[in-house]
Amino acid sequence: MKTLIKGGRVIDPANAIDKIADVLVEDGKIAAVGENLQAEGAQVVEAAGKIVSPGLIDMHVHLREPGQEAKEDFASGSKAAAAGGYTRVATMPNTNPVIDTAALVKAMQKRAEEDAVVHIEIIGAVTKGQKGEEMAEVGDMTEAGAIAFSDDGHFTKSAKVLLNCYDYLRTFDKVIINHDEEPSLVEEGVMNESHRSAMLGMKGRPTVAEDIAVARDIMLAEYADAKVHVAHISSARAVDIVRQAKARGVKVTAEATPQHMTMTDDCVELFDSSTKINPPLREQKDVDAVLEGLKDGTIDCIVTDHSPHAQEEKDREYIYAPSGFPGLETAVGVMMTDLVHTGKLDVATMIERMTAAPARIFGIEAGSLAEGMPADITVIDPELEWTVDAKKFYTKGSHSPFVGRKLKGRPVMTFVDGKMVMKDGEILA
Amino acid sequence: MGKNSMSLRGRDVLALADFSADEIQMILETAKEMKNIIHRDIKKVPALRGKSIVTLFYEPSTRTRSSFELAGKYLGADVVNITAGTSSIVKGESLRDTLYTVEAMGVDAIVMRHKAEGAAEYASKVVSPVIINAGDGAHAHPSQGLLNLFTIMEKKGRFQGLKAAILGDISHSRVARSDIQGMRKMGIEVHLAGPKTLMPRYLFEEDGIYVHDRVEDAIKNADVINVLRIQLERQKSGLFPSPREYARIFGINDARLQLAKKDVLILHPGPMNKGLEISPFVAYGPNSAIQEQVQNGVAVRMAILTHALTGGKEV
Repeated sequence: MKTLIKGGRVIDPANAIDKIADVLVEDGKIAAVGENLQAEGAQVVEAAGKIVSPGLIDMHVHLREPGQEAKEDFASGSKAAAAGGYTRVATMPNTNPVIDTAALVKAMQKRAEEDAVVHIEIIGAVTKGQKGEEMAEVGDMTEAGAIAFSDDGHFTKSAKVLLNCYDYLRTFDKVIINHDEEPSLVEEGVMNESHRSAMLGMKGRPTVAEDIAVARDIMLAEYADAKVHVAHISSARAVDIVRQAKARGVKVTAEATPQHMTMTDDCVELFDSSTKINPPLREQKDVDAVLEGLKDGTIDCIVTDHSPHAQEEKDREYIYAPSGFPGLETAVGVMMTDLVHTGKLDVATMIERMTAAPARIFGIEAGSLAEGMPADITVIDPELEWTVDAKKFYTKGSHSPFVGRKLKGRPVMTFVDGKMVMKDGEILA
Repeated sequence: MGKNSMSLRGRDVLALADFSADEIQMILETAKEMKNIIHRDIKKVPALRGKSIVTLFYEPSTRTRSSFELAGKYLGADVVNITAGTSSIVKGESLRDTLYTVEAMGVDAIVMRHKAEGAAEYASKVVSPVIINAGDGAHAHPSQGLLNLFTIMEKKGRFQGLKAAILGDISHSRVARSDIQGMRKMGIEVHLAGPKTLMPRYLFEEDGIYVHDRVEDAIKNADVINVLRIQLERQKSGLFPSPREYARIFGINDARLQLAKKDVLILHPGPMNKGLEISPFVAYGPNSAIQEQVQNGVAVRMAILTHALTGGKEV
């Protein structure tokens, strides 16, 4: 079985390729990338005017299995991923139960095999029940195939516990992903602490809560000579702290979301909880700094923090609604529209941050179009104009601040192991 | 826009930020006429006969709820009260469903109080009756802002060039936000003071708003002082050391009052903590309009209901 993707702009940062070329897929693997490739009997896919990239990777999603299937499950979440051009997503362990044992990691891998249309990586909890008290069996989970560890959604309060986890995980060469917000400063807070929150009377989540948490976690990792990955960075100061730590040689990496690079807290409207996220939408100076960090390599990868909730959970008073919105199906469109087409970000850099970088950080055999690699491929139409419509989402979540937006640029084909799973926004079951 | 062509019929009253100075003035003029009705022996006019109003209160309230209820009744409307503790809300009904239920009964206006900022705006997107915000979290309390303006207008005869001080817990106060919006629209200079722990870190960056470290600086030569209520829980959550220290350093007493203009007007949204934010001598002294505010509250709410439900024509 051969497929020839013809005449697209192939952007493959892992192999320093950015040129008009063909990609030949054979038996689920990349067979060749080159000009005017010929292949007898191959199915030909025209890609002229399109971008052909390694399948996009999102290392921070919440697919909600097990226990929260009203919000999302592996079937709906992986379809949303494929629709958004993603071929591999890593799902967070803040589920019910929390994924904190090897048995649960294996069970979730099995569920992924049964239901998912893209690759799903399982992130294990750092501490039992994500309670921040006792270390979870991270060695066992590593051997079961957990890709990384995180207590995402929670800040590890005890510095001692986190230091122990850093030390212990060095044996297994795994990364801890930290959600950095000092809890005592964000209690009850529902939006950025800012002029906007002062006007609205809403309780704030100040940037300093993120800054001191990032600083502490980086200093502990530096002390332990351990790897740390800062989740969804959103504050200008925190970006600076990461930049300085990298300059010192600390093994720190970081990620940012499209929303934190394109939206400010001015978007917060009291009647619409779709903008309620943690960390919150910040001010313009933070948005600018996060984008700058992404461009200069301080921030390594782009993630969505895809966090769907059930309609009835999100459709309520702002302060009572849970935080997060589904981002898999809008990420590329938002990045292309607000950052690439406006000249703020080079499309090749965007692709690098969504393919080669996450693969490198988390040690995944993916994110590259080298010969012999699994044929996970995304084809993006950079000029396609479309309007975000929650009714057409594959995710079960519907509250997104991007609903109704006109976007330019969208993934039009997704291949997983050489098989086309999405075409023109439709999942091919 | 000319005054005659101005109509607020069908307009939600969510925050004073949504209203122009002319619109505010128009409501205040109507409130003046309404106040005469309250002073009549037979306090009943048919302006809202055939209209029905529901007060939907998720938080306790004495003066706001009962003054809206009386306002509606004086105007001939039918008024039904729903409070959180005694309704299907305690059974876990969502705000959306409660609003649908109230709407289905055919009401013309919902007067709503809720702990969540934005609850009234949310309601205005969900159902069609006119929504009147009677307080949403720390966001807005427009009828209180209007009744404060009405009281100032009555006592001072003007707004332009006045200096007002708002003292105390600015952070958690919907009254402060509505006062600031309303007073600025009418040309009053606003001076804020209170403990820094009760003052938003990111200040109101508009012209004509000044923030002071000390209440003395805020009330100097003030024409109006609005003393906000200090909730004792704020001390428990560590925002100031003790009620004693608060009263001594930030409270309004006779000695401090000397700094303001001689005819300074003292306002308080109630309920008061006498001896904490305000001394009894000030609260009951010659400058206090605190009792008058309550009566003006009924008149202003009559005006709000009349404008929102009839366009103000049938007074």
